[in-house]
Amino acid sequence: MTLITHPLGAIGRATLAMLALIGRIAIFVGQTCAHMVRPPFYLREFGTALIQIGWLSLPVVGLTALFTGGALALQIYAGGSRFNAEAVVPSIVAIGIVRELGPVLGGLMVAGRVSAAIAAEIGTMKVTEQIDALTTLSTDPMKYLTVPRVLAATLSLPVLVAVGDVIGIFGGFLVGTTRLGFNPVTYLENTVDFLEVWDVTSGLIKGAVFGFIVASMGCYHGMNSGKGARGVGQATTNAVVSASIMILAANYLLTGIFFTT
Amino acid sequence: MIEMRDVHKSFGAKRVLQGVGLSIARGESLVIIGGSGTGKSVLLKCILGLIRHDSGSITLEGQDVTTGDRDVFLARFGMLFQGGALFDSMTVWQNVAFRLLCGSLKRPKAEAREIAIEKLRRVGLTPDVADLFPAELSGGMQKRVGLARAIAAEPDVIFFDEPTTGLDPIMSGVINALIREIVVEMGATAMTITHDMSSVRAIADRVAMLHDGVVKWEGPVAEMDTAPDPYLRQFISGSAHGPIAAVR
Repeated sequence: MTLITHPLGAIGRATLAMLALIGRIAIFVGQTCAHMVRPPFYLREFGTALIQIGWLSLPVVGLTALFTGGALALQIYAGGSRFNAEAVVPSIVAIGIVRELGPVLGGLMVAGRVSAAIAAEIGTMKVTEQIDALTTLSTDPMKYLTVPRVLAATLSLPVLVAVGDVIGIFGGFLVGTTRLGFNPVTYLENTVDFLEVWDVTSGLIKGAVFGFIVASMGCYHGMNSGKGARGVGQATTNAVVSASIMILAANYLLTGIFFTT
Repeated sequence: MIEMRDVHKSFGAKRVLQGVGLSIARGESLVIIGGSGTGKSVLLKCILGLIRHDSGSITLEGQDVTTGDRDVFLARFGMLFQGGALFDSMTVWQNVAFRLLCGSLKRPKAEAREIAIEKLRRVGLTPDVADLFPAELSGGMQKRVGLARAIAAEPDVIFFDEPTTGLDPIMSGVINALIREIVVEMGATAMTITHDMSSVRAIADRVAMLHDGVVKWEGPVAEMDTAPDPYLRQFISGSAHGPIAAVR
């Protein structure tokens, strides 16, 4: 209604709110980074987060990569056959997976699984005063809750991406050799020959950045959760949506930096 | 020991504390009463630094609570939260011994567990509860665990935020008696916020009534029932008629 009656005011308020949100997130991220290098360090929490974020995300990331690799092989074969370029399937599948689809889809899947879980857990802790309790017990919630999760996600996402890369290429290999008639040895040779170290490394760097985004968004929205079940639900949704958008935006920026020469 | 002078706190346009002045002597048990939304919990959180007050001063033994080493400051406090605020990913003994498992008061794990079990015993819980998770306990047991956690590091000051909310009258009586016993035994300074008048009578040395963000009445618990203050009279009698609006 306000948008219709006072459009400029509504746009101005929305812009200011958006800038304030960006500012709050920037401060939160800055504080998180500052706490990462100052003791105390909670190694037990870090270990638990590594298992929750890294190990338990393996099936989701692996399955996503497997089907994506297979679908990519089918698409490239269909597209390539229009100009007799079916032979490029192994190399394009490999490059597509390690540069783009592995990190992005892995990041998005982990955003859905981990960012939501972190926001819900921390949001519930806030609503039930557990975060206040931590403070009264001389424990900084940023150090105890945020830092271990952000570090664990930043370190485990590249590993997940690497595993996803291998499984994704394997998915393409399976489809290529069983449905598209490729010779297995030739397929593998073409994959390895056209893949460069930087293709893989750039994907792993993207993974680390996406991991940082996923956990930071989960923690930020959890820590700033509203009251009650509705507040926690909203925080969870916000965490997934903002992490996903930021992953896609960061992917564009990083791709521009890495490959525009 | 704790001195509050002209403390103000607003949330946006809502003015919650409008010039609170209170003091608590060492070893004294002060109970703050008042209706819902009158700023009792906010006041308590301002003292602990969980919320920053807008103006006025809060001091602990002459030292402003917003300055100095936070760890040293907080190590002097224990707090029982309204809902217990137990960490649900940890067992009962880990909750109780939390302060002893990390930070400046860290002890070896076995010793911390031993202390936790001793504190659980002190609040009437058996050692077999130690390895359960908070979700496996009843509301009354959770309050006792919260109480054990509050006293685990033997703090100088203990805050109790609505300690009997959600409990049946018998369990409320048990918790009230426990709080009184422990505060006297430890010689701790206690500050309790509640609207349960049986808690007030069981726990308090002194009572302060908060309404509209200011202290309306303050005095020894023995004088509470004979005080002429209309706000206090209405609150004690639980009447819908009086200076306190029934719908706020």
